[in-house]
Amino acid sequence: MTAGPRQAYRDVVLTVPVTVPYQRYSIDAAHWWFGAALRQLSKASGISHKDMDGLCAASFSLAPDSAVALTQHLGMSVRWLDTVPLGGASAVASIRRAARAVESGDADVVACIAADTNHIDSFRQSLSNFSRFAQDAVYPMGAGGANASFAHLTRNYMDRFGATREDFGRICVAQRQNALSNPNALMKKPLTLDAYMAAPPISDPVHLFDCVMPCAGADAFLVMREETARAQGLDFVRLTGSIERHHSFPEDPVQERGGWARDVDDLYAMAGTSPQGIDVLQTYDDYPVIIMLQFEDLGFCGKGEAPEFVRSHDLTFGGDFPQNTGGGQLSTGQAGAAGGHLGVVETMRQLMGQAGDRQVSEARRGMALGFGMINYERGLSSGAVILEASA
Amino acid sequence: MQDNQTPDTVLTALAGALASGGVQLVDLTRTLAPDDPTIVMPPEFGQSWPVRIERISRYDGTGPAWYWNNISFGEHTGTHFDAPVHWVTGRDLPRNSVDTMPLEPMLAPACVIDCTEACDKDADHLLTREAILDWEAQHGQIEPDCWVIMRSGWGDKTGAEYANLQADGAHTPGPDAEAIRFLVDDRNIQGFGTETIGTDWGQAGHLSPPYPAHHYLHGAGKYGLQCLTGLEALPPRGAMIFAAPLKIKAGSGSPLRVIALVPGGTD
Amino acid sequence: MTRPVPPKKNPLLRTQVPLLPPQPRSLRGHLLIAAAATGRFALQRCAECGTVAYPARDACSECLSPDLPLTDVPAGGTLLSETTIRNTADPYFRRLTPIRQGLIQSDAGPQIIAFLHRDCTPNGRVTLSLKLDAGGQPVVFAFPEGPAAPDAEEDPILRELTADPLHARILLTDGRHPASVALCKALLGAGAAHIFVGVAERWKPSAQIDALAAVEGVELIDLDPRDERSVMDAAADLAGKIEIVVNSAYHYRPGSLLDSGAALRIKDMMEVGALGLVRLSQTFGAAMMGRGADGDRPALAWVNLLSITAQLAHPAAVTYSAAQAAELSVAQSLRGMLRGGGVRVVNVFHGALDIDWFEQVPPPKLGAGALSKGVVDALKRGLEDVYLGAEAEDFRERMDQNPKEVERSRWT
Repeated sequence: MTAGPRQAYRDVVLTVPVTVPYQRYSIDAAHWWFGAALRQLSKASGISHKDMDGLCAASFSLAPDSAVALTQHLGMSVRWLDTVPLGGASAVASIRRAARAVESGDADVVACIAADTNHIDSFRQSLSNFSRFAQDAVYPMGAGGANASFAHLTRNYMDRFGATREDFGRICVAQRQNALSNPNALMKKPLTLDAYMAAPPISDPVHLFDCVMPCAGADAFLVMREETARAQGLDFVRLTGSIERHHSFPEDPVQERGGWARDVDDLYAMAGTSPQGIDVLQTYDDYPVIIMLQFEDLGFCGKGEAPEFVRSHDLTFGGDFPQNTGGGQLSTGQAGAAGGHLGVVETMRQLMGQAGDRQVSEARRGMALGFGMINYERGLSSGAVILEASA
Repeated sequence: MQDNQTPDTVLTALAGALASGGVQLVDLTRTLAPDDPTIVMPPEFGQSWPVRIERISRYDGTGPAWYWNNISFGEHTGTHFDAPVHWVTGRDLPRNSVDTMPLEPMLAPACVIDCTEACDKDADHLLTREAILDWEAQHGQIEPDCWVIMRSGWGDKTGAEYANLQADGAHTPGPDAEAIRFLVDDRNIQGFGTETIGTDWGQAGHLSPPYPAHHYLHGAGKYGLQCLTGLEALPPRGAMIFAAPLKIKAGSGSPLRVIALVPGGTD
Repeated sequence: MTRPVPPKKNPLLRTQVPLLPPQPRSLRGHLLIAAAATGRFALQRCAECGTVAYPARDACSECLSPDLPLTDVPAGGTLLSETTIRNTADPYFRRLTPIRQGLIQSDAGPQIIAFLHRDCTPNGRVTLSLKLDAGGQPVVFAFPEGPAAPDAEEDPILRELTADPLHARILLTDGRHPASVALCKALLGAGAAHIFVGVAERWKPSAQIDALAAVEGVELIDLDPRDERSVMDAAADLAGKIEIVVNSAYHYRPGSLLDSGAALRIKDMMEVGALGLVRLSQTFGAAMMGRGADGDRPALAWVNLLSITAQLAHPAAVTYSAAQAAELSVAQSLRGMLRGGGVRVVNVFHGALDIDWFEQVPPPKLGAGALSKGVVDALKRGLEDVYLGAEAEDFRERMDQNPKEVERSRWT
């Protein structure tokens, strides 16, 4: 089997980035967060939710429901429906599915929503039920959760490539600085490298500020054809390239690259650009080590060069390599599966000039990345989209 | 029965005597308890169950307002009665089981032969014909149809001391073959009683015939009473023993409450 | 054996309630219990292509064969990376942090996440083992390769996965078991603090009981498992301070189904075995269940000495077989109950013992020393089902292969 050329996206656009402000804990169900997000989409777009004919939902806390139950719950009548349970890769996957749906005319307006609630014990429960392999072969060995799983990846990366805690700290400190200009970020206090280094260990070498804070929240946007957006008078960004890969490189004893490394050429070819053409980058930042993998796998530097890369670049929105300009999940909070959509709506805002105090100047082309599903000892899902400003 | 007494005056007099203490009731029974020693057979033979008491309820969820137990034990457990059918020599006799035996033997006079001094000195003490004759010389001839009871002092003992099992078996006092033959053939007693676990001597398996008390008593339709206690309250003669076994169908014996009627003090 | 004797319990402090580690496992994940219970390192291996599958799978990821039987595999491995879990949302593990966890490249093939023994060295060689956790579910524990350090058993996670008799107060329920003296000596040799030995019908003299009484560290107590009150009385004194029960109730009598009195024999043996175990469970078992996390001296384990006839009737001992089967059934229930308290139930299966009842049985027979050694070993390794001696091992292997063959050949 040889891969044929992929068809380019023809006039697929994303519009109306919305965020339901995150909360550390919520007494409401995920359905409440879906409702709030859909309401914002409807208000901001002027399209009644009853007229939206596609829905793509991502959530870890919607059980026992899936997207189909949401249609009745929220009064939608759609002709295209998907549930994307891919954690941090959900946003990219949602865009890819919705894009082909609107392109083919299977749907005209697809609401892509990620929403999760966070009750006081729901984090522990979702850890213990995360996957069958985790349930059988990870969680019973100390219940370290994602912290322990990423600790192995981090330890291995440090051993193999000489990364230090300070290198990870530089990323976290820069993102916190970005977050201070994002009113939706849950973390509102500045973070110094000293404070980062002095933080307590959680699962060595992962320390407190390497970990995202679970929270409740929702992010959403609409996917449609450019003609639809223009007819509605909506500002938009164009989708120009995407990749998605699951369970890549099983031969690596410990994960030190994601599926991006396999498909990166395809991504840039489709979008007709290169790493140098990316003005603003939203990596998937569940742990800083994964950010380093993305810098390498997406070609911003070579394999093993990310530590040096972060030492020599300014990652803030005003810097030479604007990255996670809203603070990322590390400073905004991780709303379950919603975290994957955070980077997409931030990229859209940057490209649409809606990023307020943290606006990156001359942001014409942006990349949003997704990573997720530590099914066993490695993250299975990775994805990326390249978006371009409309004008 | 004295000449001036009719049956109903006898009973009336007895009631009065019991009320006044002229006749006293003495309990000759060991408490049925799980750890009281029982007869032990070689392990390849079947074993008699010891006493088991299992609670059905005690004012609790299995019976809110009542307390009761299920009990189980072998027929030859605790203070118990041996019927003739217990031994092979008595197997063909009429009315040889506890449910068919006549009532009369259940209330009968007792002759008590005190052997405590000898038994204190020698756990293997044997009651002989000569000893019985000596007793008769002092207390008069043993009458037919009475219980002859060998008082050994064993009823005061408990546990290991009571069973007194050694590597070569039990060492407890009892009658020799000649003594039992004498009581059965020459005195026609109705039964023989002991304080030890059996009517036989502890080492009676080595006598000829083995277990002569069981052999001769039951072969002649006589009864056994064992594991008695409290015999010090009984006079050598003059006591009546009430010993009625449970009416167990085709039963070979039964634990029972043994009560003696003894002459009281003069007051 | 370097751990000092635990201090006496502070009566002002709350007794920690038992908690369990995460218990859910997939259907296939339960396969590993069979290996962990018997101390084997076995994983699923594809019968078609030989690929070792872990975590447990329903299809081989190489060839998609569904035929993935549990198979003994090499236990070696190399540590790829490690972490020390200092923070967890799980209440059971919160008590045990910091917890060392490794990602291991197993010689068998798969990467395996395992608890790391404290003596494991970074990127060093390890020996993997399957253990049962406090709730009886399978986990992987990695030892450093090579000979164990003198105090290796003191690893805090390993202690959760085993029932080392060191400093334990033990109840041996039946001093008349033919191996009771050897059992007591072996347990004391393993560091047991004190052994209470139950004796029923003390009035029955026994040279063995006299010998037991002479063993330092052994204390004879009145205990007749056939008698409800006797068990309750003993439990009233002792149930709160027993860490390990060794249920040694032993009442063997041969006999066939047509023997007169067969039913009575079964009943007698059941009084000792199955019903005795019920009475002991209700008293000592209930107390231990509440003490599964009792500070420095948690209740650890309950050992049942059982015959392989519990699993398959033997023509020479029909009545005994029936009684043993009933006892095994009660033991399984007890295991289910005690798992809730983090207390393991170890069923030790043996064949003919080397005692006079089995004079006519040709060797191999199981001696008291081997039985005792096996019990201590099972406790120290945290095993759940143990087959001691050549006869029992042979039985297990053949039963694994074809139980009907064993049944037929035994009864011809």
